[in-house]
Amino acid sequence: MNPGLGIREGAALHFFGKMSASISHEIKNVLAIINENAGLLEDYNLMAERGSPVGPGRLKALADTIMAQIRRADAIVKNMNRFAHSVDEEKRAFDVGDILELVVALSSRFASVRGVELKMRPRSERLSVVSYPFFLANLLWLALDFAMGEVGKGKTVELVAEKSGEGVVIRLTRLEALENSPDAGFPGEREDALLQTLGAGLSVDHGEGRVTIELPAEIGP
Amino acid sequence: MLLDDEEDFLEAMSQRMGARGMEVRTTTYPNEALKMAEEEPFDAVVMDLMLPEMDGLQVLQELRRINPRLRVILLTGYATAEKRAEAKNLGAVDLVEKPADIDILTHRIRRVGGNRMEQDTPEKGDEGRLARKL
Repeated sequence: MNPGLGIREGAALHFFGKMSASISHEIKNVLAIINENAGLLEDYNLMAERGSPVGPGRLKALADTIMAQIRRADAIVKNMNRFAHSVDEEKRAFDVGDILELVVALSSRFASVRGVELKMRPRSERLSVVSYPFFLANLLWLALDFAMGEVGKGKTVELVAEKSGEGVVIRLTRLEALENSPDAGFPGEREDALLQTLGAGLSVDHGEGRVTIELPAEIGP
Repeated sequence: MLLDDEEDFLEAMSQRMGARGMEVRTTTYPNEALKMAEEEPFDAVVMDLMLPEMDGLQVLQELRRINPRLRVILLTGYATAEKRAEAKNLGAVDLVEKPADIDILTHRIRRVGGNRMEQDTPEKGDEGRLARKL
């Protein structure tokens, strides 16, 4: 934790650093793939100069790979941009589903490294609240990070966001290993600080293998 | 052996190394890499630090346990002096930052693998080798 910062601010900085590092790692991977494929083009050119031209099929395959990686990098940068803009205004109206989608996208590499699949149930309506999008993203990341450690044999976390009364509820389910960890230490002080800021509630159901976050429609001043 | 979770990276790098006279096997799975290391005598392993389901440094330690003479070169998106020192303490011969220069990488592989590699650049007739996914 950074000295001199509150728990919430420390959690926020940690979240920002972790996501930024992950995004930069993904972009490096994309650059590495484009680098190798550009190098392969150089190799093909060298072979052609020495009298062994390469067929058009291989050149097209190379072009397709490079274009796919460019589309991938574009999606990564778009998510980075959405993440960066989540702090534009501290408190504002936004769609909870959008923030959940962003967090799932930012978490995909972490999930892949842990061998976990993230499945988000499609939503049928807009889930508008007035709150702090960045702090909600932070809380969702912490919940997801915890959830990825509590998956069962299916190695899947299912996420759903839906209306609940005036507010919105977010559920992370299929956490079968929760049954065997009655004292998981979650939520901790970081989560509690964020919950207080968001006016939200969080419960862990060990029997059902589920984490539930309840958000009010609008937080107070 | 090339170990990385990016298939497109493995495809292109293995073709380029093949064209430079190296026999290459690839995998995206750490457990499969360990199995391959037990079954075949590799001169060198080039692997990413960030891997699915198993920490890259843990894979490095396991590879070295299976074959203490195995030379392992690590690839990372962000090479720091601390990471390099930690990797070398655990038995890696080098830590290279992505995207890597193929000539520098193959030079380092040849340096650790002895005199078995001969070519520096693709020669005429290498098209077959370039086309083969190993």
